[in-house]
Amino acid sequence: MPDGAMFSVTHSIQIKGAETDITCAEDQMVLMAMEQQIHVPSPRPVRVGCRRGGCGACRVKVTKGDYTTQKSSRVHVTEEEAAEGYALACRLSPLSDLELEPAFLDPRRPADQDG
Amino acid sequence: MSQEGLLRPGIIQLRVLDMEESLTHYRDRIGLDYVSTGEDGRVYLKAFDEFHRHSVVLREADSAGIDFFAFKADGQAAVDGFRKRIEDYGLAVEDVAEGEMPGTGKRIGFTIPSGHRIEIYADMELSETAPEIRNPYIYKDEPRGMRAQRLDHCLLYGPNLPEVEKFFTEVLDFHIPERVDLPDGTLAIWMTVSNKAHDIAFVNHPEPGKLHHVAFFLEDWNDIGHAADVMTRYDISRDIGPTRHGITRGQTIYFFDPSGNRNEVFCGGYTAYKDHPTRVWDGNHVGRGIFYYERQMNDAFLSVVT
Repeated sequence: MPDGAMFSVTHSIQIKGAETDITCAEDQMVLMAMEQQIHVPSPRPVRVGCRRGGCGACRVKVTKGDYTTQKSSRVHVTEEEAAEGYALACRLSPLSDLELEPAFLDPRRPADQDG
Repeated sequence: MSQEGLLRPGIIQLRVLDMEESLTHYRDRIGLDYVSTGEDGRVYLKAFDEFHRHSVVLREADSAGIDFFAFKADGQAAVDGFRKRIEDYGLAVEDVAEGEMPGTGKRIGFTIPSGHRIEIYADMELSETAPEIRNPYIYKDEPRGMRAQRLDHCLLYGPNLPEVEKFFTEVLDFHIPERVDLPDGTLAIWMTVSNKAHDIAFVNHPEPGKLHHVAFFLEDWNDIGHAADVMTRYDISRDIGPTRHGITRGQTIYFFDPSGNRNEVFCGGYTAYKDHPTRVWDGNHVGRGIFYYERQMNDAFLSVVT
């Protein structure tokens, strides 16, 4: 979203490991809200990678609340995992207050690959 | 002509999550020209200063990443010669028929020990919009967006780096202008088959077949600044830069396409000749090698790939 655009309805996002909650609008991605609101020296609870759903760095599990997601690489969040609440924070927008926890996966070794 | 065998990188095929927004990115932001859409939905693009039909192929898929990177050879005899050397080395070679891509001759493909598919081909039609060759202007139409001149190189992440190095140098006739050697093994190699500082590079990584970035060549540092302006205007996800690499000395911005594939705009870089010694970096100085001004790697360099 361009700077200066008016945000729609905002919700509070509690991220496990974060010192404070953040605020995220319904038409904003949780990861970008976190980047804007949590700066050095505060550690960011979720890793920032490509911000476009491809690399998996910001993988999280939503443990409470309603949300929408946009398309992301199935390598990082399978359909089954998405149904269990896993998502990439850069593709995740809130529809209510949310609680989530980081769920980053280390690089998958050849044996884990399903192509 | 002194350079024989393989000439240069010719084609990259990338997986993208959404074709429409990817086309906007590669055509309108990076500035590639749209060439065609194939019957299978793949989209073909080229940079304005490239002579041949296409160089970038986008394939819509449910995961991001690279399908293959292809090098152009100076003739079919060279392709046939490489085929024998690759098979003698012990890799299986697969044939790709002429016309599998429009305007493109037959290709051979093989999977290297890092898990990446590499292809070699000799023939591709010249582009209808190729640069002029008689009393040429520097361009026919003003370049768009970031004004990319050509597909330049890619950096790939995967395991078995010593085998990859052996294969590229002994079988495909690449040489190595620059490398990073850590106490427990090689971290990275930059390899060229021409006299660019690199045509392809590899970083050691546990997961096979990953893409770190594909790079597009810009004219100069001013165009790197212009590219950064374009990135902010269109909310393109930027990784790092404008900055310089100590390794290759190229000036650079890393950023991401709408599917999370990392792109680079790159200019400068030294000229590498086969008789030049390899520049070697160690673990205590590699930060300056990767990002010369920051003098340290960012978190994303070693871990964010597609």
